[in-house]
Amino acid sequence: MMKRDECFRALARQLRAEIVLPVYSSAFDWLEIAPRALNYFAFGAMGLGSSHALGLALGRPDRRVIVLDGDGSLLMNLGSLVTIGAVAPKNFVHFLCRNGSYEANGGHPIPRKEVDFSGLAQAAGYAHCVDFDTLAKFESALPQLLKQDGPIFATLHIEKGALSPEFNYRSLEDPKRRQDFRAALRG
Amino acid sequence: MDAAIATKADAAVLTGAKIIAAIKQSGVKFVLAVPDIVTSKGLLFPIADDKELKLVRVCKEDECVGIAAGLSYGDKRALILIQYTGFLDSLNAIRAVAVEYKQPIVMMVGLLGHEPERQPAESGRYGVRIIEPICDAMGIPHHFLSQDADIAKIKPAIDKAYSESSPVAMLIGRRPS
Repeated sequence: MMKRDECFRALARQLRAEIVLPVYSSAFDWLEIAPRALNYFAFGAMGLGSSHALGLALGRPDRRVIVLDGDGSLLMNLGSLVTIGAVAPKNFVHFLCRNGSYEANGGHPIPRKEVDFSGLAQAAGYAHCVDFDTLAKFESALPQLLKQDGPIFATLHIEKGALSPEFNYRSLEDPKRRQDFRAALRG
Repeated sequence: MDAAIATKADAAVLTGAKIIAAIKQSGVKFVLAVPDIVTSKGLLFPIADDKELKLVRVCKEDECVGIAAGLSYGDKRALILIQYTGFLDSLNAIRAVAVEYKQPIVMMVGLLGHEPERQPAESGRYGVRIIEPICDAMGIPHHFLSQDADIAKIKPAIDKAYSESSPVAMLIGRRPS
């Protein structure tokens, strides 16, 4: 098992001009670790992160799009795996933070913790699917993961727990963040 | 209904090719769709064969809302082509992304079971009857397309949605030919 913040710190060290779309608990951790103009936040419709990311990947094929999804979130939009597998954007990287719980909604368990998400993504048509449960393996695989053609899916087996237990959505929903994101994309 | 009105209504047509032409004139490059029998023959099959439009077939209608929002950040225009049942199923996504986040979400919604000679609010089908009031409650502009003369509404509606970064719903009241 890994800690989410350690995974994110490892990822942040590798990034250049990629778009990063973190959802719910991941968003608060990611913002603390990597506050960048190329972060895209969308709340209020849980599960849609992968769909937003697909739109970004199609709209900006010149940029790599990384979605930091949650297991509870993805379960609300499992069909998006099939849509993404069919469209097959090469610039799409899907990291799934798997902790078996709806962390942002009180920490309740997902209906079945044993779900093989990487297996689902493989069956849906993702080009590369992999699981990580140690930081060392994740860190050493990251450079290649961020280079190879997608869509790529990686399940990160993490412990429960966010850096910020207080989720201040108002801060992340500030329209200025979307304006800054659009400006950064055009810059 | 008197016979004269019925005859006029029955003679009305909604031409799919003209709708697709208007969609293209509006700068739309992506169509995001779940099949709907109302628009299947007249719109979705021709769009699937159209080399100027990229069709993304999704599994569930709310995916379209996220995809369209993401595309807009790449300055790409998208049309969501769904049935009213899928619109109803996607209301939270539309509420969050289109309305509260003020994203340009353009929807073309087939009114399955609607009687073309009537206005949607007068439909005998409950699910159709509630669509316009729901749009009104959410502040989503809507346009009713039931004959060729209505196709002129498409480009201004799409241009406005993208210039103002706001949603719009175009309701298809009869099967396009």
